[in-house]
Amino acid sequence: MKFAIQINEGPYQHQSADSAYQFAKAALEKGHEIFRIFFYHDGVNNGTRLTTPPQDDRHITNRWVELAEKYDLDLVVCVAAAQRRGIADADEAKRNGKDADNIAPKFRISGLGQLIEAGIQSDRLVVFGD
Amino acid sequence: MSETKKFLYLNRKAPYGTIYALESLEVVLIGAAFEQDVSLAFVDDGVFQLTKGQNTKGIGMKDFSPTYRALGDYDVNKLYVEKESLEERGLSLDDLMPLTYEDEDDDYAEKDSIRVVSRAEMAQIMDEQDVILSF
Amino acid sequence: MSILHIVNKSPFERNSLASCLGHALDGSSVLLFEDGVYGAIKGTSFSDTLGAAMASRSVYVLGPDLAARGIDESKLVDGVKVVDYAGFVDLSAESDKVQSWL
Repeated sequence: MKFAIQINEGPYQHQSADSAYQFAKAALEKGHEIFRIFFYHDGVNNGTRLTTPPQDDRHITNRWVELAEKYDLDLVVCVAAAQRRGIADADEAKRNGKDADNIAPKFRISGLGQLIEAGIQSDRLVVFGD
Repeated sequence: MSETKKFLYLNRKAPYGTIYALESLEVVLIGAAFEQDVSLAFVDDGVFQLTKGQNTKGIGMKDFSPTYRALGDYDVNKLYVEKESLEERGLSLDDLMPLTYEDEDDDYAEKDSIRVVSRAEMAQIMDEQDVILSF
Repeated sequence: MSILHIVNKSPFERNSLASCLGHALDGSSVLLFEDGVYGAIKGTSFSDTLGAAMASRSVYVLGPDLAARGIDESKLVDGVKVVDYAGFVDLSAESDKVQSWL
């Protein structure tokens, strides 16, 4: 079965990103496909490579990256939500005249249409939020 | 062949205190271009999103309530508001912004977009959907 | 058509679970996870509401979230079933759609 996941909250502040990760991992291990994981609202903060948690804590961003590498996942950060919260890739940084970008590898920034498309293309959309 | 699904945007949060209402509306506006069968549900504190007389000057935030009036132009004209949620909050239909759309199948007659439904009807509406986006 | 309703909020803090139960049709399923698991404990001011809802709906609770919060399965309202993340995935696949009560 084809799943899509929407994550509405940033890492660490809420359990949402953790629950979504455990759900995604379990679904993939059962042989399901994940069409896309869409990060919205503060969820875009999952995608900054500057995340630096204490060494004895889980690294939420790197965990997404590793899962994406293993299963070739499509991790999409909403551009409008990302601009508000200072998440940028090289193109976005240049377009908005910023001196740096901070998107983590395997994440890409794109429009809200990607969320709607995920809803259309997948069999189930599961929303994790607060 | 493009597939048409029934999308429901479930709004259960009040505006301004958190960004969910505003960013939910942004999804609705973008989603309108995909020509799906779109409905919006306003349940619990979500009904506060539609109240009249919002004035955000004093809090320095953008008043996005006028955007709801534009939904009809995007062919988003099924705004289900739960009667019990209104009543629990001391509200009635008169407290909400008048939202309308032009029905192209009825000689562009102006019709109300807001449909007040009971909790039982809302449960049925949820059950009829293909995709439920929660904010 | 059937919905898997998922609730991640304690019923003592927010009305998400109460609202969910008010909209969950007979035959639907409800999964409590994150702080939602506090709604599955017996002997609370919410237990009777949950028990009554269970007459016509299935209620599940996510085991890892229970364990994390130190809640023993013996403390759950009778009839609540414990699942793991794989079970969460199965419930999502078996239902027609998943509705989050945030």
